Amino acid sequence: MAGTGIGARVERKEDFRFITGKGNYTDDINRPGQAHAYFLRSPHAHAKIRKIDTAKAAAMPGVVGIFTGADIEADKVGGLICGWMIHSKDGTPMKAGAHPALAVGKVRYVGDHVAVVIAETLAEARDAAEAIIVDYEPLKPVVDLASATKKGSPAIHDAAPDNQVYDWHLGDEAAVKAAFRKAKHVTKIDLVNNRLIPNAMEPRAAIGDYNPGEEAFTLYTTSQNPHVARLVLSAFIGIAPEHKLRVIAPDVGGGFGSKIFIYAEETICVWAAKKVGRPVKWVADRTEEFLAIAHGRDHLTHAEMAIDENGKILGLHVKTRANLGAYLSTFASSVPTYLYVPLLSGQYNIPAIYGEVEAVYTNTAPVDAYRGAGRPEATFVIERLMEVAARELGMDPAAFRKKNFIKSFPHQTPVIMCYDTGDYNASLAKAMEIHDVKGFARRKRESAKAGKLRGLGYSAYIEACGIAPSAAVGSLGAGVGLWESAEVRVNPVGTVEVLTGSHSHGQGHETTFAQLVAGRLGIPIENVAIVHGDTDKVQMGMGTYGSRSGAVGMSAIVKALDKIEAKAKKVASFVLEASEADIDFKDGQFSVKGTDKSIDFASVALQAYIAHKFTGEQLEPGLKEGAFYDPTNFTFPSGVHIAEVEIDPDTGVTTIAKWTAVDDFGVIINPMIVEGQVHGGIAQGIGQALLEGAVYDSNGQLLTASYMDYAMPRADDLPSFRVDHTTTPCPSNPLGIKGCGEAGAIAAPAAVMNAITDALGHENIAMPATPQAVWQAAQAGLARAAE
Amino acid sequence: MYAFDFHRPATLRQANSLIGKVEDAKILAGGQTLLPTMKQRLASPAAVIDLSGVPELVGIEQKGRNLVIGAMTSHAEVASSALVRELLPGLAALAGGIGDPHVRHKGTIGGSIANNDPAADYPAGLLALGATIVTNRRKIPAGEFFTGMFSTALDEGEIITKVIVPTGGKFAYAKFRNPASRYAMVGVAVGKKGSSVVVAVTGAGSDGVFRWAEAEAALGKRFNAKSLEGVTNPPAKDLNSDIHASAEYRSHLIGVMARRAVTAATAK
Repeated sequence: MAGTGIGARVERKEDFRFITGKGNYTDDINRPGQAHAYFLRSPHAHAKIRKIDTAKAAAMPGVVGIFTGADIEADKVGGLICGWMIHSKDGTPMKAGAHPALAVGKVRYVGDHVAVVIAETLAEARDAAEAIIVDYEPLKPVVDLASATKKGSPAIHDAAPDNQVYDWHLGDEAAVKAAFRKAKHVTKIDLVNNRLIPNAMEPRAAIGDYNPGEEAFTLYTTSQNPHVARLVLSAFIGIAPEHKLRVIAPDVGGGFGSKIFIYAEETICVWAAKKVGRPVKWVADRTEEFLAIAHGRDHLTHAEMAIDENGKILGLHVKTRANLGAYLSTFASSVPTYLYVPLLSGQYNIPAIYGEVEAVYTNTAPVDAYRGAGRPEATFVIERLMEVAARELGMDPAAFRKKNFIKSFPHQTPVIMCYDTGDYNASLAKAMEIHDVKGFARRKRESAKAGKLRGLGYSAYIEACGIAPSAAVGSLGAGVGLWESAEVRVNPVGTVEVLTGSHSHGQGHETTFAQLVAGRLGIPIENVAIVHGDTDKVQMGMGTYGSRSGAVGMSAIVKALDKIEAKAKKVASFVLEASEADIDFKDGQFSVKGTDKSIDFASVALQAYIAHKFTGEQLEPGLKEGAFYDPTNFTFPSGVHIAEVEIDPDTGVTTIAKWTAVDDFGVIINPMIVEGQVHGGIAQGIGQALLEGAVYDSNGQLLTASYMDYAMPRADDLPSFRVDHTTTPCPSNPLGIKGCGEAGAIAAPAAVMNAITDALGHENIAMPATPQAVWQAAQAGLARAAE
Repeated sequence: MYAFDFHRPATLRQANSLIGKVEDAKILAGGQTLLPTMKQRLASPAAVIDLSGVPELVGIEQKGRNLVIGAMTSHAEVASSALVRELLPGLAALAGGIGDPHVRHKGTIGGSIANNDPAADYPAGLLALGATIVTNRRKIPAGEFFTGMFSTALDEGEIITKVIVPTGGKFAYAKFRNPASRYAMVGVAVGKKGSSVVVAVTGAGSDGVFRWAEAEAALGKRFNAKSLEGVTNPPAKDLNSDIHASAEYRSHLIGVMARRAVTAATAK
């Protein structure tokens, strides 16, 4: 499509500044008189702090201040919070241990915050931190997820003596039991969803600044949701009331969920700025990020599926143990519960589902939402089960899926979600055609001739995005509403500023949101500026995560634009001396029905401000409108990814030979940006399947604390993706958008593992499927074949 | 990183004199290991002597049947040199496969072999090629130079000036990369000069680069990948084991990489 409106492949407006080094990231900002913070971190996974001696360190050159947990307590700084209450099966609330921003009495993971040193330079802060003497009494660490709650495990928090945070469930247990009694076949599977460490290009950073004249704080921080950060820092941690705390999240270099949360470091920077009377800056180095950023995933799951004699699914029982790490991060409790079990129905008509989740503490970094958050874990369970079940039944995996697809909408699943629309057959058929599934047998023979094993795997994923109807999530335990706000300010010359609560940190909002506005108002896209990331400019917002900015953030802009258009029509009616009902607005022109009288948008804007054509009694001057949009349902993006792998049995190296993705994201604003999101998501999903995995040793030391040992996917690990779409517009929002940001990461792991297990001819391989793991499995397979 | 003194001599003579009188100095040859280690505060030399200002240490020339490579010649220069590509294409390929473009443009052959990282590529390559390491004091055959993990025959204050590599034989290097670091998890270099065959293994040995005598004997009889089929892989007990690869897997990969290196070395 030509032009710049919805559906056009508009080049990203923000890219010029990013690729020419003109971005403005937190580390690019320096405040007059700024000092530098360095965090002394725990070398132990679990230890009592007997004593911290800072005397020698305090006398070191350049030191401005040194603070520990005792100072936090003395100032009555509140602890970090977990904003989603989960109740256990027995009705008891989750057991949340205290989470002070600097450790009080005890450290609970390697990387935990023991003290902060603030000095003239970072090097001086580091030197002084090395001179702090901490007397630790090491305790036995709890590292292994499977045995964390065993009798005799030391308690990490007094509040949770057996290290269990909650034992939660959802669904109808009796109905599931009945379904399994009727089953002709039961497929069982044990899965590990490997722990991942988010690696945004920009590490976390913060600058706290205090203005004693106004008694007001400013925090510059790498946040996906600056307003939520302000709310938590004000209302819960108690730094300052909201009108005395400004949070600015300038350009942010990627988040993937990890920058949703309110961490110890930014809390300390903003608090300490007042303590030392200087702006305090902290920028994480990579090792700190590996150690202390919120990690993702980390599930152990046993799942069973009941199937009748016709290959129809009767029921699903899933039991998961989720690792939440040493403390409950901001949204940690919601990820393995309401973002996980309600997605276990996948694209399938499953009459009975019962999910049980036991969440536990371990002496490892906190675990929270990471691209997809619960939904990749759910897709991995259901899509691995579908593939294994089909193989056990001797059915073609595509045919087995087709047989069980949901075909009529709306569809109420047994686990909360009501799918509004979709056409799962269409995505599957299109993906199979593009992928040339028919030619797979020939390609497999060719691989075999070259001594290679070839496999094909499907992943028919669904996700719930557009997060979320506020009342609904409130009833499930969320501490906030998940609407979004927008304000459209039209200037007298017809240029437009849109203020949005949807922060952009790679998603391209400055382009896609401008496409919406330019198309709607019939003005050049250059005349639209998108403003976000500053609580002093944007009144309120809930931020960017859960693929919600299009479905929720843009819907708020649509509501504000509706008001702008209505007001502008009133102005035009005075200027054109016609009745308001006779004014049409199209392609940027207001015209009077049945006449040749018209006026363009910019002229109406000018008239709205000079206010010569109407009186104050008739109409308020100006053209500025705001709106809040609260969604009425989740959105349900879905699709089919097909992975084809080739394995070298001599080395175990898996090569992604071919990848096809057909997604239904509803209406697409900018196909180029959507394709980029899909590519990045698939890369992360392939990373999880083949390369990435956090490894702690039995003492709780993180062995994968740098790129020497944590394998991030690189360009040469990936094939050229074939990405296409089907479209069923979302009925619950004005633009028909479903969301696309997480789809690839949700779909990809199951597709890869289904392909690898297909190639190897057996199921017993865990993620990441490293060359060593695949080689061992291939050798075992060859040995079996030889018998 | 801690504070340190920085010296940048312009001649080898100045470098020699500095190294004699500056206390606790480290030579900076490319910095691809030293600087990250210093940044992490794992190394804290009082002084760094940077050799990048010494032009006589850079360059590649043909001398008789040998290639002479200056110690401060970067991996990228070796990889792209027309001379190396013509006379020792396997060495050019080895250099072109080290690290990433940044590492290849900063890292040098002298720095790599002086460090003798157990997962570095050059030590295996130079062993298999029968190279000679020339220092400011003497000439050391590669076979005597690499003495163990991160250790070499270099004495205190001894500076590598160049590497002499014989041409005219057969040579290839096959590397299996660590999925995270992309260092050699197993790298096998195979060189044949006349009737002598050297098979050198990097990345796998618990004490750094080593020669695989059984493979050398088999290939000495007939230089063909098939000759390796009956040869037992080096025993796992002498090999590294870590989160990426067990010793058993490394042992297996040595066999695979050796066959691939011989195949490459014998390809037309």
